[in-house]
Amino acid sequence: MKMHLDEKIWLTISFGIIMGFMLITGYQAFALEMGPPSNMETIDPQKVDQTAPFDNPGVKEIGDNEYEVVMTLQAFGFTPNNIEIPAGAKVTFILTSKDVVHGFEVAGTNINAMVMPGHIQKITQTFDKAGNYLVICNEYCGAGHQVMSTTITVK
Amino acid sequence: MKMEADLKVGFKDKANKMLGYYPADAKLSKSYIAVAFIALLVGGFLGLLQGLNRAGLLELPTWFNYYQVLTAHGLILILVLTAFFTIGYFYATLSHNLGGLLPKVRKLAWVGFFVKLVGFVLAVIPILMNEASVMYTFYPPMAAHPIFYIGLALIVVGVWMCCIGAFIQVANWRKNHKGQHVPILSYFATGVFVLLFFALMFVAVEVLFMILPWVFGWVDTINVMVARTLFWAFGHTLVNIWYLTAVSAWYVVVPKIIGGKRWSDLLTRVVIIALVIMNITGGFHHQIIDPGINELVKFMHVFMSLAIGFPSLMTAFALFAVFERTSRRKGGKGLIGWWKKMPWGDVRFLAPFIAMLAFIPAGAGGIVQSTNQLNQVVHNTMWVVGHFHLTLGMSVVMTFFGISYWLVPYISNRVLTPQINRLGVIQTWIWTVGMICMSGAMHYVGLLGSPRRTSYTTYGDHATALGWDPYLLLLAVGGTLLIIGVILQVYAVFNMMFFAPKGETEFPIAEEEDNATKTPYWTERWGLWIVIMLIVVAMAYVIPLTEFIVNAPPGSPPFKTW
Repeated sequence: MKMHLDEKIWLTISFGIIMGFMLITGYQAFALEMGPPSNMETIDPQKVDQTAPFDNPGVKEIGDNEYEVVMTLQAFGFTPNNIEIPAGAKVTFILTSKDVVHGFEVAGTNINAMVMPGHIQKITQTFDKAGNYLVICNEYCGAGHQVMSTTITVK
Repeated sequence: MKMEADLKVGFKDKANKMLGYYPADAKLSKSYIAVAFIALLVGGFLGLLQGLNRAGLLELPTWFNYYQVLTAHGLILILVLTAFFTIGYFYATLSHNLGGLLPKVRKLAWVGFFVKLVGFVLAVIPILMNEASVMYTFYPPMAAHPIFYIGLALIVVGVWMCCIGAFIQVANWRKNHKGQHVPILSYFATGVFVLLFFALMFVAVEVLFMILPWVFGWVDTINVMVARTLFWAFGHTLVNIWYLTAVSAWYVVVPKIIGGKRWSDLLTRVVIIALVIMNITGGFHHQIIDPGINELVKFMHVFMSLAIGFPSLMTAFALFAVFERTSRRKGGKGLIGWWKKMPWGDVRFLAPFIAMLAFIPAGAGGIVQSTNQLNQVVHNTMWVVGHFHLTLGMSVVMTFFGISYWLVPYISNRVLTPQINRLGVIQTWIWTVGMICMSGAMHYVGLLGSPRRTSYTTYGDHATALGWDPYLLLLAVGGTLLIIGVILQVYAVFNMMFFAPKGETEFPIAEEEDNATKTPYWTERWGLWIVIMLIVVAMAYVIPLTEFIVNAPPGSPPFKTW
């Protein structure tokens, strides 16, 4: 198969770009621990309220300015609601759904995770900047999907 | 007198056959294309309603709410428009390339046509009755009315019939033409139908063996992750089926229209093989931020998704090389001076050309959003909607529009008039400006966090959400331009189908270069490509599916949350 030199150069660059993306993605995921939310734990989706830790949802301080937020999602709200945390706090959200598929997004941050019934999802974020953050469900979940929101106040 | 008339008919038939035109096959393609463009009209209007609602300009009535409109818009444009156009176009190709459709193949395609229509009507009724506001992705445990899924299953069966018809047609031709290469456009068709055939298996398993027993109440619960994964194994492949269909015109038809030759036959076939082999595994990049799949597996999936970019980058080179070569042959000079030699006033060139240009940002956006961290930023935001309106709405659909300006006259035994050509050029520019406004606004507002699939809301006048409004207005402006484009396009299609002057139109297929090297015969080994494809699919899917099934949580009962 004869190929022009230009085409060989182009394809080499193309291959290099794709490999570059792979290397950067891999470095971020495994060396910098910036991998996507991929928690493997499961739960009975019909017994969320009776299963720890979701039998007691809320904000818990687990270390020096480190928090855990145990949260359930159901059509069309978040429990707990309108939470407050101090600035600079490292917060791990532990999430599950009590009914259909929901999304957990905090606008203006990189928090974005699918919350599936039967699965426990986890995502961690350090809130450096004070402010009022908008939390929304970004996976269509029914007639009231557009009202499914809450806030996180960082002081 | 009668004999004379018979002779005349016989002569006309023969002349038509020499041109590769078979009236019975043309009628089939015409029916498919007509349905495709009616779908465009209906789906387009539904899209306008959404755009206006999303900008806060229009409140939709409770009996036809945003989520009903959105479900119908997706179903009509993603399933009906694309499936009917693809089948109409490729069946015209198979007929033209391979000496007319076999009677049983034509029959199969007709039965498929009606099975799909019935399926579509069955799926739409529950949507209109607000019994199936589940989007075209219908993620369990949301459960629509059983009729909705039965309709979907019939659409699958109807498309399968057309796949099998195409396989019979190609196999028969190969049997009678031992040692010959399947003509290039039919080779594209083969690739597309192979992908359709296998991709539909995933969604068929999901609908027939998981969802239907569950919505009928024969089983209590469903495994939501398995269902979702099967859906995307189909869903993303469908995306690339449209893309491969559009690419077929870029490689084969556009060079002919500009008076040039095709790029390397071998490299073209290699691109098709690569797209067929690597496609299905791309589905996982829709699940990068899902629970239940570990990071190593997700990293492999990123690689599998990005790999699909490589044949597209090969395509990018090939197409621009053809443009440059052709223009220089016509006396084009300088680094960019040769651009002037391209037929900008010919809609059959202009529409697919802008479609190709759109694929540069569309493909680049696709590559970045397939990587882990950037996906996390844009997943389920309006960015994604912007992305697939740029890819499907521009790269693919504009190519379909460009094809329509010769395909519709060809199958209708009519000609493209200068007036309709001019209308087409105007339509192309309106569509381009409309899509740039709409898709641009969607991409940007998505980066700011505005979610997809959400009716107009300010989340209690939260400052962040209010900041999205100006972009959503631009989105509505784009959507309004697009509906003008839809009306012009549908008018052009039906004018060419029923009212344009009678005459013969050529099926434009470019030749190879005179000094082209002969393509080796291994490219015809479809059995091998399918085996490799299945191995790649197994590599991607066995680990996560086993994990979902072996470590499955208790399942979910059906919910109706709308």
